[in-house]
Amino acid sequence: MTAAPSESRLEPAGGTPDRSADAPAIRAVGLTKRFGQLVAVDHLDLTVNRGEVYGFLGPNGSGKSTTIRMLCGLMLPSGGEIDVLGCKIPRDAEALKRRIGYMTQKFSLYEDLTVEENLSFLASVHELSGAAARARIAELLERYWLTEQRKQLAGTMSGGQKQRLALAGTVLHKPDLLFLDEPTSAVDPQSRRDFWDSLFALADAGTTLLVSSHYMDEAERCTRLAILDAGKIVADGTPRELMDRLPGRTMLVETDDPRSAQRALTGFEGVIALAQIGTALRVLASDSPDLEKRIGERLRSESVEAKVAPIPPNLEDVFVAATLKQKEKGKETKEKAA
Amino acid sequence: MNFRRLGSIVKKELLQLKRDRLTFAMIIGIPTMQLVLFGYAINMDVRHLDAAVLDQAHTARSRELVAQIAATDVLRFKHLAQTPQEVDDLVREGQISAALVVPPDFETRFEVRDRPAVQIVVDGSDQVIQSAARQLAAFPVYGSDGWTKVTAPIEVVNFYNPQRRAPLNTVPGLVGVILTMTLVLFTAIALVRERERGNLEMLIATPVSPWELTLGKVLPFVAIGLVQVTIVLGLGAILWNVPVRGSLLELYLVALVFIVASLSLGILLSTLAKTQFQAMQMAFFTFLPQILLSGFMFPYAGMPVPAQYLAEILPLTHFLRLVRGIMLRGAGAGDLWHSIAALGVFIVIVFTVAVTRVHKRLD
Repeated sequence: MTAAPSESRLEPAGGTPDRSADAPAIRAVGLTKRFGQLVAVDHLDLTVNRGEVYGFLGPNGSGKSTTIRMLCGLMLPSGGEIDVLGCKIPRDAEALKRRIGYMTQKFSLYEDLTVEENLSFLASVHELSGAAARARIAELLERYWLTEQRKQLAGTMSGGQKQRLALAGTVLHKPDLLFLDEPTSAVDPQSRRDFWDSLFALADAGTTLLVSSHYMDEAERCTRLAILDAGKIVADGTPRELMDRLPGRTMLVETDDPRSAQRALTGFEGVIALAQIGTALRVLASDSPDLEKRIGERLRSESVEAKVAPIPPNLEDVFVAATLKQKEKGKETKEKAA
Repeated sequence: MNFRRLGSIVKKELLQLKRDRLTFAMIIGIPTMQLVLFGYAINMDVRHLDAAVLDQAHTARSRELVAQIAATDVLRFKHLAQTPQEVDDLVREGQISAALVVPPDFETRFEVRDRPAVQIVVDGSDQVIQSAARQLAAFPVYGSDGWTKVTAPIEVVNFYNPQRRAPLNTVPGLVGVILTMTLVLFTAIALVRERERGNLEMLIATPVSPWELTLGKVLPFVAIGLVQVTIVLGLGAILWNVPVRGSLLELYLVALVFIVASLSLGILLSTLAKTQFQAMQMAFFTFLPQILLSGFMFPYAGMPVPAQYLAEILPLTHFLRLVRGIMLRGAGAGDLWHSIAALGVFIVIVFTVAVTRVHKRLD
């Protein structure tokens, strides 16, 4: 799917007008959500600029969905301030709902309605009338390759088709800002790539996107991203920036016996994480000098034949390093408290 | 309130209903089945009880008496017992429910009138049979208690159901019971289902308002309720000639009010329940008092005062008064205004509470 026809912005339908076009699309300060004892989102600060494809990367339960729901006005924050498209949330939540699209993690259109029925239902919910609605639906059906499925019940479609339908339903009213909560968790790799092409087409047309994911390859495609862990942002920036923060800390150990190499390096001082990739072992190390040499020595002393070489870090390394730092901090504070 | 949005929700509900064959079958099937079952099975008039006769007198008068009682059709003499022991055995084995025993000294007892001349042995384990036997005891020739008392038969004038046909009493009530059971159940699961399937999270992120959502879910069932009323009234007229003595239009109007009351209750349950299963449990929980206390099963007047207060809260109680009044007594809706007012108050309170409980939030 390539260049989509440009989306003409809808006038803000009531509510607070944008303060200025340069103001960030989303600004949250000290955003917190508690469920009883559990702190799902913990004093989170977030700024998403207009036109960005902003990624939320984090393991399950890191607070991605809860944050998105609070930003959409679907959940009341326990603390903090939110400003989305110039609307104070939760106060202006209803005005905001006309200008955003929210794609839920689970397919949430009606499985017992056809593709076309689902879309025309959403059209009239968004007060799109007769001819305009029909034209818009036809346009979306074509753009998201659903014209042939138009009379098919949504529940009988494949994962990829459902995702495309959900996206069509989410952008039907031409929102300025899209929230997508793990949109590709239930689709195959080809559909994922196509889906991201569609997202970039929307971004090109000026839509701001906030996408949560736990796929590293998807995170890498975002213009900026935040890594969430236990309700906190543990790292943020462009993918490039994040990876550049790990100089000389990633190594590839090429060996005929990766299992032994892994045993030799597990728990070795300075080694944070090990991952076997084919016959090689990927090592993430802490920021200490001469580690490459020391690792080589260690392997030799354990009589493992291996070649150690530095490699450029990837987002997974960033992710592991960031979430680990968070865990150590947590340990420290607990120790201090004790 | 935006009427286009309201209309879109109604349309969506109808489309879903059309595809939901089971619910659709229930809409037609439940009224038909219940009507036929209740209409034929709920029959408090006891007829043709299996019985035995033990005639130890063998006189012309005793034979005449047996024939007279047989002619009432209450007892059907299937066995001719020879000894009291045989009668005992038959009752114990459940082969008969009652036995007519004519003692050897029947003639003397009949003349002297100091002791009961005949005895009816009854299987006391069934209350209905017991009461039927008690009625038989008022048969003017004899009695099982105190023969010497002059029997003064009380004439029972049966005003609105002279043939004592049970369907005439049950069908109007059934209109209410069927509406309650189906409509409360359908709407109780309506909102919960959207939540369980995840649709609600999508809906509340759109400009839909709680009123639009709630009303849009309820309106299709108003039409369904009216269809059900028509089915019950139509079948009642065809199968048992149940009349509508009052105005048909007024009957539909009060039915409409009751339908809205039932739907309000259902929607309220739907906002309280977390799962569809819970919603169904709650719906059944409301059926019991409605069916037992409303006067459908047992007469309202015979209930203890606290139960009567409770019954006043239930919409079915008021609807039964309305529907029986209009269908059987030919009353006008104006004569029964207080019941309509009671339903109105119920609707306003319950529906408002329900709508305020529909949040556009997930927490």
